[in-house]
Amino acid sequence: MKYRHLIIANLFRKKIRTTLTLGSFAVALFLFGLLAIVRGAFSQGLEVAGSDRLVVVNKVSIIQPLPVAYQQRLERIPGIKEVTHNNWFGGIYQDPKNFFAQFAIDDDTFHSMYPEFVIPGDQWQSYKQDREGAVAGVKLAQRFGWKVGDRIPIKGTIFPGTWEFNLRAIYSGRRPADDTNQFWFHYKYLEERENTYWHGLVGWYVVKVNNPDDAVKIAKTIDTTFANSPWETKTDTEKAFAASFVKQMGNISFLIMSIGAVVFFTLLLVAGNTMAIAVRERIRELAVLKAVGFSDNFVLLLVVFESVVVAAIGGAVGLTLAKLLSLRGDPTGGLLPFFYLPPQAVAAGAVLAVAVGLAAGIWPAYSAGRLRVVDALRRV
Amino acid sequence: MVRVDGSGNGSSLVRVRGLDKKYQRGSEEIHVLQGLNLDVDRGDFVAFMGPSGSGKTTLLNLLGGLDLPTRGTITVAGDEITHLSGGKLTTWRARHVGFIFQMYNLIPVLTAFQNVELPLLLTRLSKSERKQHVETALQVVGLGDRMHHYPRQLSGGQEQRVAIARAIVADPTFLLCDEPTGDLDRKSADEIMDLIDRLVAEHGKTVLLVTHDPVAAARAHTLLHLDKGVLVEAHRAGSTAGGRN
Repeated sequence: MKYRHLIIANLFRKKIRTTLTLGSFAVALFLFGLLAIVRGAFSQGLEVAGSDRLVVVNKVSIIQPLPVAYQQRLERIPGIKEVTHNNWFGGIYQDPKNFFAQFAIDDDTFHSMYPEFVIPGDQWQSYKQDREGAVAGVKLAQRFGWKVGDRIPIKGTIFPGTWEFNLRAIYSGRRPADDTNQFWFHYKYLEERENTYWHGLVGWYVVKVNNPDDAVKIAKTIDTTFANSPWETKTDTEKAFAASFVKQMGNISFLIMSIGAVVFFTLLLVAGNTMAIAVRERIRELAVLKAVGFSDNFVLLLVVFESVVVAAIGGAVGLTLAKLLSLRGDPTGGLLPFFYLPPQAVAAGAVLAVAVGLAAGIWPAYSAGRLRVVDALRRV
Repeated sequence: MVRVDGSGNGSSLVRVRGLDKKYQRGSEEIHVLQGLNLDVDRGDFVAFMGPSGSGKTTLLNLLGGLDLPTRGTITVAGDEITHLSGGKLTTWRARHVGFIFQMYNLIPVLTAFQNVELPLLLTRLSKSERKQHVETALQVVGLGDRMHHYPRQLSGGQEQRVAIARAIVADPTFLLCDEPTGDLDRKSADEIMDLIDRLVAEHGKTVLLVTHDPVAAARAHTLLHLDKGVLVEAHRAGSTAGGRN
C-alpha cells in the first residue's frame, strides 16, 4: 500500500497523544472484556441451556419439593423422551466463602440427560459403585486441589450433619461455557440419610422432549397434569428457568450495558475531540495534499483511517489483556461460576472499537474533506 | 510571449479571458480581479508584482485551479478549467500544476524523499519508477544527499528546494510560485531564484511567479503589475513592456 507511510507518519506525529488515545481505547476495551466476562458468568446458564430440556419445579417455590412418584407420571406424557431429578444440597466445604453448587442426582438418568458433561467411563462406574461417591467438575477440583480418591467432608445446612464423600470422578464440559464448578452425589445416599424428612421427595425434575418445537406445549401439559394436586408444578424451558435465576440478582445485563454505554460514549467524546484537534493542527498540510492533487475523498478517508487504526490497535490491546486475564482463571476465588471471555464477545468488542473509531473520526474527516484549499492556505 | 490585452492567439499555453473574481465580506462586495486577460506561452517566466490585496495570489489560485472565478475563462494547454467540477479539477491539478509556496508547506512528518514522492502517489508509476523520479528531482534541486532528512533538519532554503522538487517531480505543465523567496534571507532567496531560472532555461518549464521582491521579479522574462484587480502594465523586466528579455 503506497500510502502506508503517510498514515504511519501521522500516527507518530504526536507520540504521547497517540499513546494516550490508544490507551483510552485499550482501557475501555479491557473494561468491556471484563464486563462481558461478568455478564457471561451470570448468563452462562442461558447460553448452555438445552433447547430440548424443560425444568419442572414446585409451583409454590423452587425450594419446595416434588414427589419422586412424579417421575413415572412424567415419563408417560407423550413427547417426553426422558426424565431425571435433581436436589439442591446447599452444604459448606470448610468455609462458607467456598461456595459451589452441590446436587443429589439420579444416577440412572442424569448422565444421558446432560451429554455435554464428559466423564471417563471407568470413573463413572467407580462412582456408581460407591454409596458415598461424588463427582466434581474439573474447575471445582482445580480450585480446591482435589483429585480422584480424595475424601471430601461437606457440612449440610439444609440437611444437617457432616457428609463425607469420596471423589470418584471428575467431569469436564464439551463447550467452554459448560459449568464445571458443580459437585454431584447419589440421590439414594441423600434419601437414605434423610429417610424421614426427605423420603420420597426430590427438588425438581428435568425433562427432555423429543421435539424442541413441542417444548411449550408439553410444559403446559405437565402443569395441567399436576394441577389441583398438593404438589402443583411450574414448568419452563431450561433457558427460561436459567433466566429467572439471573433476574433474581437484578437486571445484570442492563446494569452492564449501562456501564458499557457510558464508557463507550465517553470514549467517543475523548477520541472525537482528539481527532478534531489532530485535524485542526494540520489543516495546511491537508490543504497542500489537496493542492498537489489528492481528492477530497482521499483526505476524508485518510483521517478516518487514522482514527480507525488507533481504535483498532487500542481495542486489540485491551481485548488481549482481558483475554489474558480470563485465561489466568477466576480472580474472585470462585465467586463467579464461570470466568471466560467468549470469542463472540472479543469479536463484538473489536467491532465496537472500530465503530467508535469510525464515529470519532468521521466528523473531523468530513470537515477535512470539505476543506477549501485557498482558505486553509491563508490560515497562519 | 506574454500579452495582457486579449490579443493572444489560440497557441498560448495559458489563456485567460475576462477574468473576474469577487468576494463577499459581510455586506461588502470586494472586486479582486476585473476583466483580466492574459496569454502566456510555453517556456515563459512571468512575474506578477503589486501591492498587498491587489489580487496576485487570487490570480495564482485561479490559474492553479484552487479557486473558481466569478466570471471569465481560463484555458491551460487547451483545457478550459473554469468549468471543471471539483473532482476533475483536482485531477487536472495533479497533472498540470506544480505549486511552490512561500511557507514551503512540506509535511513535517515525512522525509524530503517522501514529501517529493507525494504527487507521484497519484500516478500509476511503480515504486522503483517513483524512486527514480524522486531522486532525479532532488538531484536537480541539489539535495541528492538530503533525501532522508526531515524538514526540521533542513534550512529554510533547503526546505524550499524540497518544495520545488515536489513541484517538478511529476513534470507539470507549469509552475506557480507564490512568493517563494518571501521567507528566506537574500542569499537563500538568490539561490532559489537561480534554481527557478535553471528550471526555465534548462528544463523549459513555464513559471508564473508572484512576488513582492523586485530582485526576484527582475529574473522573470516578463514583469506584470497588478493593481486593484487590473493588470495595469506589462513590460520586460528591467526594460520596456512587451515580452521576453
